[in-house]
Amino acid sequence: MFPNFKGFDFFPHDTRIPFMRFKAICLWASMIAMALSLGLFFTRGLNYGVDFKGGSIIEVQSKSGPADLADVRRSLGSLGLGDVQIQEFGAANDILIRIEQQPGGDQAQQEAVKKVTAALGDDYVQRRVEIVGPTVSGELRTTGTIAVVVSLFAIILYVWFRFEWQFAVGTIVALSHDVLLTVGIFSLFQLSFDLAIVAALLTILGYSVNDTVVVSDRIRENLRKFKKMELNELLDLSINETLSRTILTGVTTFAVLLALFFLGGEVIRNFTLAMLLGILIGTYSSIFIAAPLLGYTGIKRDWSGTEKSKKSSAVASRA
Amino acid sequence: MLHFARWKIVAITLTCLLGLLFALPNLFSKETVQGWPDWLPSRQLSLGLDLRGGAHLLLSMDVDDVRKDWLDSLRDDTRRRLRDARIGFTGLGVQGGGVHVRIAQPDQVDAALKELRGLVQPLGNAILGSAGDDIEVQRGAEPSLLILQPTEAGMQQRVTNAIGASIETVRRRIDTLGTAEATVVRQGWDRILVQFPGLQDTAQLKALIGETARLSFHDVHHSITGEEARASRPPPGYRVHPSAEQEGAVYLLRETPVVRGDQLVDAQPGFDQRTNEPIITFRFNQSGARTFGRFTQENVGRPFAIVLDDKVLSAPVIREPILGGSGQISGSFTVESANNLAIQLRSGALPAKLTIVEERTVGPSLGADSIEAGSRAFIVGGVASLVMVGLAYGTFGLFAALGLVINAVLVVAVMSVLGAALTLPGIAGLVLTIGMAVDANVLIYERIREELRNGKSPIAAIDAGFTRAIITIADSQLTTLAAAIVMFWLGSGPIRGFAVTLSIGIFTSVFTAVTVTRLLVALWVRSIRHKSRTVEVPI
Repeated sequence: MFPNFKGFDFFPHDTRIPFMRFKAICLWASMIAMALSLGLFFTRGLNYGVDFKGGSIIEVQSKSGPADLADVRRSLGSLGLGDVQIQEFGAANDILIRIEQQPGGDQAQQEAVKKVTAALGDDYVQRRVEIVGPTVSGELRTTGTIAVVVSLFAIILYVWFRFEWQFAVGTIVALSHDVLLTVGIFSLFQLSFDLAIVAALLTILGYSVNDTVVVSDRIRENLRKFKKMELNELLDLSINETLSRTILTGVTTFAVLLALFFLGGEVIRNFTLAMLLGILIGTYSSIFIAAPLLGYTGIKRDWSGTEKSKKSSAVASRA
Repeated sequence: MLHFARWKIVAITLTCLLGLLFALPNLFSKETVQGWPDWLPSRQLSLGLDLRGGAHLLLSMDVDDVRKDWLDSLRDDTRRRLRDARIGFTGLGVQGGGVHVRIAQPDQVDAALKELRGLVQPLGNAILGSAGDDIEVQRGAEPSLLILQPTEAGMQQRVTNAIGASIETVRRRIDTLGTAEATVVRQGWDRILVQFPGLQDTAQLKALIGETARLSFHDVHHSITGEEARASRPPPGYRVHPSAEQEGAVYLLRETPVVRGDQLVDAQPGFDQRTNEPIITFRFNQSGARTFGRFTQENVGRPFAIVLDDKVLSAPVIREPILGGSGQISGSFTVESANNLAIQLRSGALPAKLTIVEERTVGPSLGADSIEAGSRAFIVGGVASLVMVGLAYGTFGLFAALGLVINAVLVVAVMSVLGAALTLPGIAGLVLTIGMAVDANVLIYERIREELRNGKSPIAAIDAGFTRAIITIADSQLTTLAAAIVMFWLGSGPIRGFAVTLSIGIFTSVFTAVTVTRLLVALWVRSIRHKSRTVEVPI
């Protein structure tokens, strides 16, 4: 009735990679990376998209042949609209025009787009127009920030509720690390940071905490199993035991995101890029930050009060 | 964990089949589905504006406009009330968010107060009981001063009413652009969201909703010109209006109009027979026709002004009484603007000015490209995930792969039934859900492998794998769900689409990984047991 074949066990299972030996280096490296990201954020800043900065985006496609960027630049430069960025977008006949927020409130943005459309004339078809006025961009900035902070808190509360506070501390640091580094990379390369990127950040939070929870679950299980084991050794063991899962899931998710990145179209490219980065950083942080931090914060080793401990002590003695 | 009661097997199978049934219409064209018998589901996945193309406009209503209007009408009511009661007054006007009036005779102040309190309307309704009054009438600092002040609750109700009326008007205006299924809904406190699928050129849409189109006919002051009034101060009851035609020209008009635009029953674009210029012809309703007829009868040889949104369109001289109740408006229109104004007049004035605070328009070509790109990424990403689990876990991997396919079908089915729109980020969410749903299977199967290595018997290992992994799965999915809910609350359009597919995907993936895959494994175990007593787990 069922086909019967065995799967390939891709990953060696009895790895004994001494992760904890690198913990000092990794924590320092991460701290420096976080500091650098913060520095970049405050000095270089983010290249906010229209969602957060206000202004307009117009995507147009040339009706015949590749678009003449120099010509478009010339004709739009004389309109007096301040900073107008013109770039190719995905294909040679596709261009993206960004107009900075115009002084004079919501109505002024509309006028600016009207001028651009008129200046472009009949050679181009409008593919997309996004106009965000100053009121809405201000609100989106606020809700965007609140959203990230609220999700962080919700997740931390959950972890605290499910585990001990030491796990929550590790999670806070790991998650902040993921968000900060992604933001830092967006600042470094001045990639457009808009509402979709905030959504990506939230997804990264979800994924990263997922990873952290799996490792933490195993740590807690092993804490009950191996009461006498040295903590660093135990953390190493837990990470190694879950390593095949971490990598397999990571690779699958990464592969799927790669498909989206290359095939999903120009519109969501930055969004998938943020998630690709986030998956890498998130996987790293749950192994090299969340778990090692437990070694520093100290953790309850005596579980004799709980009912499960009696059963597992038998297993422990066998090991 | 591996024992399933018969009813459970039936329930799980039924759920999957139902999912398949509800997802089915999406495989066929709209026309085919409409030809199906009624008992078959016919709802298809609705596409978001970024995929099907269309316009998304967020309009903000000018609340100050609403307040100003209300105060103006309160002032007029105050004047009428006091006059009717034969109470003398001075200094009637709008000041600092209230209407101020001074009563001439000190002994009439109490009577005036009583009279003006008659303007107060209770808020709330019969069911919820009273929620206070809409305005407050109070004595001012001086004994003769009375102040009418709108309350906070009254203002809220005004805005709610104005938004409701605006939505109706916007809908009537938009309906003239075609039969597309545009939606007009209130958003937040003072906003209106217009979503217009399929529309690419938003110029006319914006022209139609960009003007309040408040039309009124006013008496022009007999002796003082607009310029004179502007230089000094307009006499009480009169106001200076700019001309819409000539830069700098002004008119002095009586504040209270003779007839308002809401007395029109019809307005049509047309051409002037002599000059061949675009004009608008209109017809008053009965009472409007009577009032306007009487007014023109009494004012032959004098000008009156046609005012649109506070600007004077024209001020023609009345040559003869206009008794038929119809007339025409001229004023350097283009064919297009005459047509737009006629639509606006027919569909009624907006209670306050609407400003576009956010616009997102996607052309149909980009939408089509996005659909293509999204489906390609979905297929490639999906197949990659299926191959990955199949290779990694053999027969059990096939079960997981089947679970993933059912997962995708269920997401599509749930979205079709709920009418949730699929957006491009939504497709990304769907692809990501499948990628992350693999995680649940990986957790279970890796656990089984581990238990096998620890020397457990195959059945015990499988059992332990499912039992232990479920807690971890719940933990990880719940945290992602928390993030998705925050995203939904944060999101506009596309982001919401992402949050919706992600949330639905979380529920369906837990169902398929924990229930469907487990059932398949259980059935496998049962079929193997019949053949031999030793079970080798193909994992």
